[in-house]
Amino acid sequence: MRADVDDAPEDPGSGRLLKIILPLAVAAVLLGSCEAAVRIYEIPHYLMPSPSRVFDSLWTDFPSLVPSWLVTIQITGLALLFSVLGGGALAILFAQSPWIERAFLPYAVVLQVTPVVAIAPLIIIYVPSTYAALLLCAWIVAFFPILSNTTIGLHSADHNLVDLFQLYGASRWQTLTQLRLPSALPYFLAGLKVSGGLSLIAAVVAEYVAGTAGTGTGLAYRVLENSYRMNIPGMFACLLLLAFTGVAIFGLTSFVSWLLLHRWHDSALARER
Amino acid sequence: MTVASDLLERPSQVSSPLVRFEGVGKTFRNGTKALVGLDVGIGAGEFVSLLGPSGCGKSTALRLLAGLGRPSSGRIAWSEPPDRHDIGFVFQEPTLMPWASVARNVHLPLKLQGLRYRASMPRVEEALEMVGLEGFAASYPRELSGGMKMRVSIARALVTQPRILLMDEPFAALDEITRSRLNGDLLHLWTERRFTTVFVTHSVYESVFLSSRILVMAARPGRIVADLPVDAPFPRDEAFRMSESYNRHCRAVSAALRRAMEQ
Repeated sequence: MRADVDDAPEDPGSGRLLKIILPLAVAAVLLGSCEAAVRIYEIPHYLMPSPSRVFDSLWTDFPSLVPSWLVTIQITGLALLFSVLGGGALAILFAQSPWIERAFLPYAVVLQVTPVVAIAPLIIIYVPSTYAALLLCAWIVAFFPILSNTTIGLHSADHNLVDLFQLYGASRWQTLTQLRLPSALPYFLAGLKVSGGLSLIAAVVAEYVAGTAGTGTGLAYRVLENSYRMNIPGMFACLLLLAFTGVAIFGLTSFVSWLLLHRWHDSALARER
Repeated sequence: MTVASDLLERPSQVSSPLVRFEGVGKTFRNGTKALVGLDVGIGAGEFVSLLGPSGCGKSTALRLLAGLGRPSSGRIAWSEPPDRHDIGFVFQEPTLMPWASVARNVHLPLKLQGLRYRASMPRVEEALEMVGLEGFAASYPRELSGGMKMRVSIARALVTQPRILLMDEPFAALDEITRSRLNGDLLHLWTERRFTTVFVTHSVYESVFLSSRILVMAARPGRIVADLPVDAPFPRDEAFRMSESYNRHCRAVSAALRRAMEQ
């Protein structure tokens, strides 16, 4: 028997296994007790469907859900892509001169702090295509973390290294590409993780606002549709897909971050104690 | 009249200096007088230490020499205007790029001149060999100890074969054992290659061991108060640290420093 819990990580194999098994065990217990409760107390499925019923609904509805799912994924992915491009480009622009930053940052903040639910109806009225309107809404929410993080990152280059670049007569371009951008990378990636989740949330919120009036057939629209029909298992099925999408985005952005940082950045290093 | 001013009036033994401070003063925007009336020449091949208490402007003088900042008065006169690869600079911290390997870090000055990595590999390897880091080219800075990081920093400063090496308290953050070993290795390199070196330190013992000449500085306002030659012959080794001559120089320099603090 081991006396000390701290000894456990010494065996990386069992540690990793435990990391996977523990959350799965929690899920099994939760779902099992939920299933049992619904059956024992005979809760009607239009109030609280049993997990088995939800999975059943997901299984049968899946073919019809896929096109909607793809629309949501596409809007989320494009919003994130434009956030990276737009937020990154704006941050680089801001880093060129404190005056540019002074002039434009307040407007970026205003866009960020105004709730997207409040702006969305206007955007949906003004922008002729619903798809473009949804994309715009998602982008407005998602680009800010990347912008603000990357801006801080670009300013955070080691002052002595900045001096060294100056000493060796580096051009503005060289200082940007070889010093400021690599210094900003960990900050940018932290922003990317936040933006990934936000773009999914904003895509769903915008779709809710567009509602049945729009031609959008994303997952959020399907949730609404199921709620009008009192199809509670269907709603849960859509939620499952949305949650899975969010987790997948988080996993993907975390992986990209690990890929780019694990050789050198403290945040990605495993430490032995 | 103090002995220090006696020493100051001694004409510099350098006839044609590589670079001269001519009445250099530096006042910061907040009104702090970092330096006043600096008049001193640094000869080619010298190892000059700037020694003084904190706030005496020794680092400021070094940065002016590097062209990082301009003097508020006077000028810095070079015998030949320096090119960008003529100056090597070593900071108190290793100041390495954490995202780049050791070799890529050493390659940086050459890269900024437009020399490709492949083509400059022999020079990078030579510089790493000089500081005793052959075999570490592919390592990342985080994998190295403090002393090894400092060696990389020195290799980077020497890779352009500069005419003058400027070092700003490079070993101050290292432990005593590492510091003493790096002192020995630096001096060995200097004895072999004789690049002009200006070395900022607040350690009397370090400055006597390394230097051919010590400029003692005083604070508020920052100025040079003594110009002391260390005439012990090179090469110097650990035996020199134990010698009577080392002791005598340390005493003289300490006395000058004490007077500088009292002024």
